[in-house]
Amino acid sequence: MSNIAPTVARQALRIASRRYPSSAFCRASPRVAALTASGRRHYVSETKPSNAIVNVETAIKADQRAFVNQTGKSPENATMPTTGMGADAMMSPTAGILKQATIMDEGSRPIYLDMQATTPLDPRVLDAMLPFMTGLYGNPHSRTHAYGWESEKATEQARAHIAELIGADPKEIIFTSGATESNNMSIKGVARFFKRSGKKNHIITCQTEHKCVLDSCRHLQDEGYQVTYLPVQNNGLIDMAQLEAAIRPETALVSIMTVNNEIGVVQPVEEIGRLCRSKKIYFHTDAAQAVGKIPIDVNKMNVDLMSISGHKIYGPKGIGACYVRRRPRVRLDPIISGGGQERGLRSGTLAPFLSVGMGEAARICKEEMEYDTKRVTALSNRLLEGLLSLEHTTLNGDRTRHYPGCVNVSFAYVEGESLLMALKDIALSSGSACTSASLEPSYVLRALGSSDESAHSSIRFGIGRFTTEDEIDYVLKAVRERVTFLRELSPLWELVQEGVDLNTIEWSQH
Amino acid sequence: MSLAQVSKGDMPYQVRSLYRSLLRTGGQFASYNFREYAKRRTRDAFREHQNETDERRIQELVQKGLKELQVMKRQTVISQFYQLDRLVVEGGKTGKQKGDEGGIVRQKDQGWD
Repeated sequence: MSNIAPTVARQALRIASRRYPSSAFCRASPRVAALTASGRRHYVSETKPSNAIVNVETAIKADQRAFVNQTGKSPENATMPTTGMGADAMMSPTAGILKQATIMDEGSRPIYLDMQATTPLDPRVLDAMLPFMTGLYGNPHSRTHAYGWESEKATEQARAHIAELIGADPKEIIFTSGATESNNMSIKGVARFFKRSGKKNHIITCQTEHKCVLDSCRHLQDEGYQVTYLPVQNNGLIDMAQLEAAIRPETALVSIMTVNNEIGVVQPVEEIGRLCRSKKIYFHTDAAQAVGKIPIDVNKMNVDLMSISGHKIYGPKGIGACYVRRRPRVRLDPIISGGGQERGLRSGTLAPFLSVGMGEAARICKEEMEYDTKRVTALSNRLLEGLLSLEHTTLNGDRTRHYPGCVNVSFAYVEGESLLMALKDIALSSGSACTSASLEPSYVLRALGSSDESAHSSIRFGIGRFTTEDEIDYVLKAVRERVTFLRELSPLWELVQEGVDLNTIEWSQH
Repeated sequence: MSLAQVSKGDMPYQVRSLYRSLLRTGGQFASYNFREYAKRRTRDAFREHQNETDERRIQELVQKGLKELQVMKRQTVISQFYQLDRLVVEGGKTGKQKGDEGGIVRQKDQGWD
């Protein structure tokens, strides 16, 4: 009798699961009870027409239930067959590389502290861009249909936002592909325009400029231009007297960047602008690192041409803008010719979603500038205090005329590149991203008069809108540990600790 | 104000509800930095306008908050789709190990030690 019961129960279950939704149980259970009670065995099963019918509805429901049971399983509770690893370890992108791994307590992505290279795209910006990446795909230059009009309206609004951020007129904003193109367009454009009239053939720029400005000038030198590369003082600022002395009657353009990308010093743009205006020279400034971070007014600063980048203000990469003054009019020879878009200065179809993204980024920057500045300054002070409390560390660049989001610090007796390697869990750079592939010391720091060693041992920390206190604390702890560790390895450090002045040592010649 | 007085149309109730929804939604960002920013920005914005008395101004700010909430709702969903590994600072906060008990915890593949 005891061995009958399981069979019966199994049979009943099978029937119930196969065919009956819920009423099956009330019908089956009395039968089971009756069977067990009587204990009689039936060799011929009872047949009913319903036994042979597969109820589609119930079958589907049963399948669904089985599926839901599976899907409800969270990855940390499931093990993957054959590997024996937890499912969440398998789902971690890097776990595939490291085979025998489980998810570890800590994450593995480095902290991002390289805001001078680029900034993360703000979710609000992405939200503004998405409609233009999906439904609103019209060509903003199409004047004949609504698709074009809506795109055009959006790009014009973006232009207005950017103009508002720098105190300009929307018509003076030219969209380009980035600050590099803006710089090229301004410098080469002005120079080539003046070349036609043949009167002015001199350009003044500065040694600490970005590579694209310096390279544009180098190209113009090949075309017969004369270029003065102004030196900077020890604090990274240019000397106004030197600038004034460098100006000649045939000077066409002065190009000085507003905020330096490597050391974050803020040049006296207003004074330079005033000087240039009084001498009737065009003034171009590369403000890629400054726009949206410090207050800028092109009219107050007497700027004639300004380069702006989208991805430095939490906008998308691949777009920038160039401010070209209309009154007094700045004449440029366009680099790219074509359909005459953007006042004929930069032909080619605009990317509405990029323009809208940059416009939104500019709007947010304008709105949040006060809040962000307060925040970035507080974090920067925290970082700087922590770093400078280590011995033999120095801040590169001027302490007061300084954008706080860029902290460039030299750690003496530590090789910068090895420190960067040691700080793999923090995304940092020793200089601009363009030159980070080479191990050469930064030309900007060399221009400040830093020694080779000091230039080699400096690291740039970039703080932005999304940096948190925890990240700063983590960085401080990590830097302190690893600088100490690397110095322990260094024989030079031992000598310094013993009080030997390294400059007095005569290294033997090999 | 006693509980009985609080009705759904009440302004303080609405503001508090907005605050809570903003915080709740902001916590759903997959990215650590955005999550922290949303939390901080919401808190600071509400704190900044804590003593606002002008009806109209409050109404304006609430409207702005609602707009931000909508943006955040969309963006958190999108961020959930494209998840990345967590940052090095994030872990350790939870205080528990994610691997199986006694499982091999992945050696840090970055950093010095």
